[in-house]
Amino acid sequence: MLTDLLGIPPQVLFGQLLLGLINGAFYAVLSLGLAVIFGLLNIVNFSHGALYMLGAFATLALVQFFGIGYWGALVLAPLMVGALGIVIERLLLRRLVGVDHLYGLLLTFGLALVIEGTFVKLFGASGIPYAAPAALSGGVNLGFMFLPWYRAWVVLASVVVCLATWLLFERTKIGAYLRAGTENPKLLQAFGVNVPMLTTLAYGYGVALAAFAGVLAAPITQVNPLMGSNLIIVVFAVVVIGGMGSIIGAIVTGLAMGMIEGLTKVFWPEASATVIFLVMAIVLILRPAGLFGKTA
Amino acid sequence: MKTKLAYLLLLALLLVAPFLVYPVFLMKLLCFALFASAFNLILGYGGLLSFGHAAFFGGAGYFTGHALKVWGLPTELGILAGALGAALMGLAIGQLAIRRHGIYFAMITLAMAQMAYFLFVTSSFTGGENGLQGIPRGTALGLFDLQNNLTLYYFVLAICALGIGLIARTVRSPFGQVLAAIRDNENRARSLGYDIERYKLLAFVLSAGLAGLAGATKTVVFQLASLTDVHWHMSGEVVLMTLLGGLGTLAGPAVGAGVIVTLQNYLASGPLSAWVPVVLGVIFVICVLAFRRGIVGELRALIRNSF
Repeated sequence: MLTDLLGIPPQVLFGQLLLGLINGAFYAVLSLGLAVIFGLLNIVNFSHGALYMLGAFATLALVQFFGIGYWGALVLAPLMVGALGIVIERLLLRRLVGVDHLYGLLLTFGLALVIEGTFVKLFGASGIPYAAPAALSGGVNLGFMFLPWYRAWVVLASVVVCLATWLLFERTKIGAYLRAGTENPKLLQAFGVNVPMLTTLAYGYGVALAAFAGVLAAPITQVNPLMGSNLIIVVFAVVVIGGMGSIIGAIVTGLAMGMIEGLTKVFWPEASATVIFLVMAIVLILRPAGLFGKTA
Repeated sequence: MKTKLAYLLLLALLLVAPFLVYPVFLMKLLCFALFASAFNLILGYGGLLSFGHAAFFGGAGYFTGHALKVWGLPTELGILAGALGAALMGLAIGQLAIRRHGIYFAMITLAMAQMAYFLFVTSSFTGGENGLQGIPRGTALGLFDLQNNLTLYYFVLAICALGIGLIARTVRSPFGQVLAAIRDNENRARSLGYDIERYKLLAFVLSAGLAGLAGATKTVVFQLASLTDVHWHMSGEVVLMTLLGGLGTLAGPAVGAGVIVTLQNYLASGPLSAWVPVVLGVIFVICVLAFRRGIVGELRALIRNSF
């Protein structure tokens, strides 16, 4: 076998590939949320990482204060964070309509500092463990590797949510409105569609996606206030690689980058932290608009 | 006449300042004023939001630290080596980033700076988590002992004045005018026959090199090069300083740097020390929402309106 030739045990190779796939699933869900928000608001949501972290903390809070477990949190945490997103959009981002888009980036950067700084102060920078649900504990031996159920679930759930988002955008009426709003908001407004409301909902939905990823991540990485702060930079690189033009593009790029990162961990561990940035540099040289992007 | 008088007054103030205020604090202020001014060159005058300037600021700190501590270069050459290294990094990152516009430019510079951060963390010459400590300050021109804070202050003042002077000169030069034209209307500038990519790249390299000059000087002052200066928080801080002071104004970034550094120093010693990032975040939000012209920009508008 190829793996034996390279002197890498298949257990290690497939184990890292699975880990990569999981990271890739997070990249996909997060970059998808960024793309949805970017489509209607034309801003890059720098607080995406902080809101992802809030999703994980909401999961903790739900079990601690209300005794609501993982499955409830999977629905409630994105709703809670999505509601917060709607407040942020209405209260703050709404005021930046018509201003240079860079200010949106700066505003959400400031928000990320506030949210993360507050949580570091309250909970410290160390992680808080969260147990995976009992139904998904254990795993199955596939012969060439051990597959923990929870990890399989994370990949499955992410892909399902991404595909559902794609269906929502491509096959429903509200999706058609959202795409029209991305294309030409003024004309859409002239047709009698409430574009400001649509924009608010798009931000809420994008943010809820981030929180969903946060809930999925809670049992894997320990819940900690800075869990989203470095992740968001990698997700930015993924967005540059894929281009924000297409939903399928975001999903494919996210998963692929996770796998590449996993493979790098096996063959050249020192480079695993930088490989995605390297891919970004190469893509920028060969295809500046991004793999799925249309214009620079 | 009036501006000349103002400059003379400022110079006099800067010359006597170390007798009134702790010189090390003043030197820190000066370094950040230069850093923010260098950053303003690319954001305020070039219209390009770089979110990776910490790589140049902190990177130059490492280069200078290495040059002074391991190679034993004279202080001036060490600082020059740091600035040059930062300019080269700027050339590499700028080449990639100018291929895209707007927010993509910001994301690319941020990602490349993060890559640089990881390289600095893992390479052995930076000392990893510990950083480079005990970097010798050396002498200025082989004559003046820089171990003395007062002597060092005038040395740092000279460097920062030169740096900011160069920026002021650049902005008013034909090159600076073309840069502003590109910022205001890229297609128009292109149709007038300007090679806008070259202008952007040159501005980026210049900005990176000067940010490096600031970082290199800071390393000599504190005799330390550490990860704090290459972390993306630092990139965010310099954006805030520039924004708070006033984008695209000459004095703005220095004023913004002064406010932020003073605030940090003040908060760090009080009960609010753990809240510094939150306070900075709140200032960020307020600036963007209500205060986009910055302190200097608002003052200027106020003066213009009242006469």
